Amino acid sequence: MSNEDTLTGLAEIVEEVAGVSAADVTADKSFTDDLDIDSLSMVEIAVQAEDRFGVKIPDDELANLKTVGDAVAYIESHRA
Amino acid sequence: MSTDHDVVVTGIGATTPLGGTAPETWQGMLEGRNGIRPLTEEWVERFGLPVHVHAPLAVEPTEVLPRVEARRLDRSQQVALIAAREAWTDAGEPELDPERLGAVVGTGIGGALTLLGQDDVLETDGLRKVAVLTIPMLMPNGPAAAVGLWAKARGGVHAPVSACASGAEALAWAYRLIKSGEVDVVIAGGAEAVTHQLPVAGFAQMRAMTSNADPETACRPFDTHRDGFVLGEGAGMMVLERGEFARARGARIYGRLAGIGMSNDAFHITAPEPDGEGSARAIGKALRTAELTTMDIGHVNAHATSTPVGDVAESKTILRAIGDHPVVTATKSMTGHMLGASGAVEAIATLMAVHDNTVPGVRNLVELDPEIKVDVATETRSVPLTAAVNDSFGFGGHNVALVFTGA
Repeated sequence: MSNEDTLTGLAEIVEEVAGVSAADVTADKSFTDDLDIDSLSMVEIAVQAEDRFGVKIPDDELANLKTVGDAVAYIESHRA
Repeated sequence: MSTDHDVVVTGIGATTPLGGTAPETWQGMLEGRNGIRPLTEEWVERFGLPVHVHAPLAVEPTEVLPRVEARRLDRSQQVALIAAREAWTDAGEPELDPERLGAVVGTGIGGALTLLGQDDVLETDGLRKVAVLTIPMLMPNGPAAAVGLWAKARGGVHAPVSACASGAEALAWAYRLIKSGEVDVVIAGGAEAVTHQLPVAGFAQMRAMTSNADPETACRPFDTHRDGFVLGEGAGMMVLERGEFARARGARIYGRLAGIGMSNDAFHITAPEPDGEGSARAIGKALRTAELTTMDIGHVNAHATSTPVGDVAESKTILRAIGDHPVVTATKSMTGHMLGASGAVEAIATLMAVHDNTVPGVRNLVELDPEIKVDVATETRSVPLTAAVNDSFGFGGHNVALVFTGA
């Protein structure tokens, strides 16, 4: 799976959880500042991403994922 | 009564087994439609539950609410929000300082579907799968909080919990908030949605529910053959305003919440006081606050859940507190028992009965129990009305009476 596929999958999760259009979920966007996603919704997104991509995203790592690009990079580097 | 602090109703909203809106619900009552359906969940058979009917919502909340909003709310909160939005629109979306707006929304049980459902998730799938919003979705102030947050009701958000009287108690507290001058407008009512194996099992263990499997005849308040209530779900909301405020903005006024009375039996945790003394006190208080006499009351929308004990006790209450002249109805014969929502939905029916001078008949009343000595409407009846009473009672001995008059 490429970075592009990971971004697409993550965007679908963000749309499902937070109602943000998947097309707006691009690598440069900040989850909180640009996409208006609160901390609880981030936990939901992380749980769904764990299932979908087969990664573990502990809460202390989650706190460092500020942008969509950060999350894609984390998933890519930690997936089995 | 001073006119500057009268409490008027300017908006109504509901989602019930009879329809997705208040007008559809009221029309359904006037037509004597039946909201009761077979209960076909697999757990009925699996646990051998002696319950075969229920009164589900006519319109699924997820058909009305945006998807993301719906998934963050317990079903009880979804219906509260749907009814509140309808009532607010119906009231013409009053413009006011948010600090002068309140919300009071009661529920009997709260977010039980979330509580039970998420416990299943924890057991089956583990901690990480438990919804992050589990607590705000299950808390009993959740419906009030959802409505208050949406409406920006900064004047105060309250959640009376008095079992099946909760919705009516919410309207009573809204009345007090407006009377005291604390706020000008309140969105108030009740919401409930707990059709799940555990609440059904619990009510069944109390022998409170009907075992009649025929949806057409299962709920028959005041009839000799009644044998228990039918569990329903829904929400009812009113926009209540200080009369002067409503008139100044040129609002359409349905009528007045002219008086309220609350009491407690302090008799038994679930059984009504058999002579109706406690509930009669609630009606007496409501008449006094409304500055009306018993002869002004032409109609009673009874709590009448179709249980053998409750309906007789209530008929005695009505005789004792008002007399044998009001035309009595029991709209639960059509909606089932929406628990904490029922008082609010029936308050809407009481208000509209006065507004339309029409009392909906009790569905399925074939053989009036000889112990019931009040004038029960068996079909929809035109009656000139100046004032009407809505009774609500809840486990715990709670009694609430609301008096509505015309505009």
